Amino acid sequence: MNAMTMIALAVMGLVGAGLYGLLITRNLIKVVIALQILVKGALLALVAAGQASEQVNLGQSLAVTVIVADTIVAVVGLGLAVQAKRLLGTLDVKALSNLRG
Amino acid sequence: MIEAILVAGAVVCAVRAIRATQLLSSALWLAGVSALVSILLYRLGAHQIAVIELSVGAGLVTVLFVFAISIAGDDGLTERTFLPNWLAVGLIALFIGLLAWMVLPLDEPALATAEAAFESVLWGDRALDVLVQMVMIFTGVLCLVMLLKERAPSARRGSLVSGRELARPSAAARGNGHRPAIAVIEPEPSPAEVEDIHA
Repeated sequence: MNAMTMIALAVMGLVGAGLYGLLITRNLIKVVIALQILVKGALLALVAAGQASEQVNLGQSLAVTVIVADTIVAVVGLGLAVQAKRLLGTLDVKALSNLRG
Repeated sequence: MIEAILVAGAVVCAVRAIRATQLLSSALWLAGVSALVSILLYRLGAHQIAVIELSVGAGLVTVLFVFAISIAGDDGLTERTFLPNWLAVGLIALFIGLLAWMVLPLDEPALATAEAAFESVLWGDRALDVLVQMVMIFTGVLCLVMLLKERAPSARRGSLVSGRELARPSAAARGNGHRPAIAVIEPEPSPAEVEDIHA
């Protein structure tokens, strides 16, 4: 089994674990953790695709954007979780359904 | 062989991060995933991204998680789930099976050819991406400031009118020139509070 196949297996495992977390968890902080795992799989896939197409630096440039977006998502999601805990007293995602118009 | 160990470790850490019953454990397992992924990235030849991922993913984001968990606390929601476990596992197994059927097997990557340096690609060819990153960082900081802004003290005490409304005259008061009436009367401090203030 070559290195690219191993990287593909890692991508599948990380994306699968992230999706599994998004499917089962109701904790807002756990949702952000699942998103982080999902994006790490996508990051690995980007760099591996760059190497497969002999453009490693292009893949790295796109990966920088993904890392910045991922960090912003984590920061805003955690801020939202802290504020939800303050206002609603719980981290349950279902409690946020009160926001519907 | 090393790749197999790293891949297995990353997937195991990811599953443990999802299945852990304590949020702090989840955050630490996530840091493990970041560290192992950064090693994989380094071995793929993406050295700069490996360093950024290690410092941001395993460092900054983990500190943010620990900080948020220390403020919000553990809610004990880990036992409640949206879907039954067997259904979620079945859906994910179906997804991974389909993905593997479409993708595998993969060929060995070709030897690296001469290409432009990372700096020239990032700052030259992908300059718009850098601009978008700056906008995202600015937007994220603004969102965080707005999210974590403290409410007025009078609103937290459960009074009828918030502090901003107290400072602003009402429409009726503006019309006839009268000063708005103060709607909130602060309660007298209890003897224990007076003692605390003097202490």
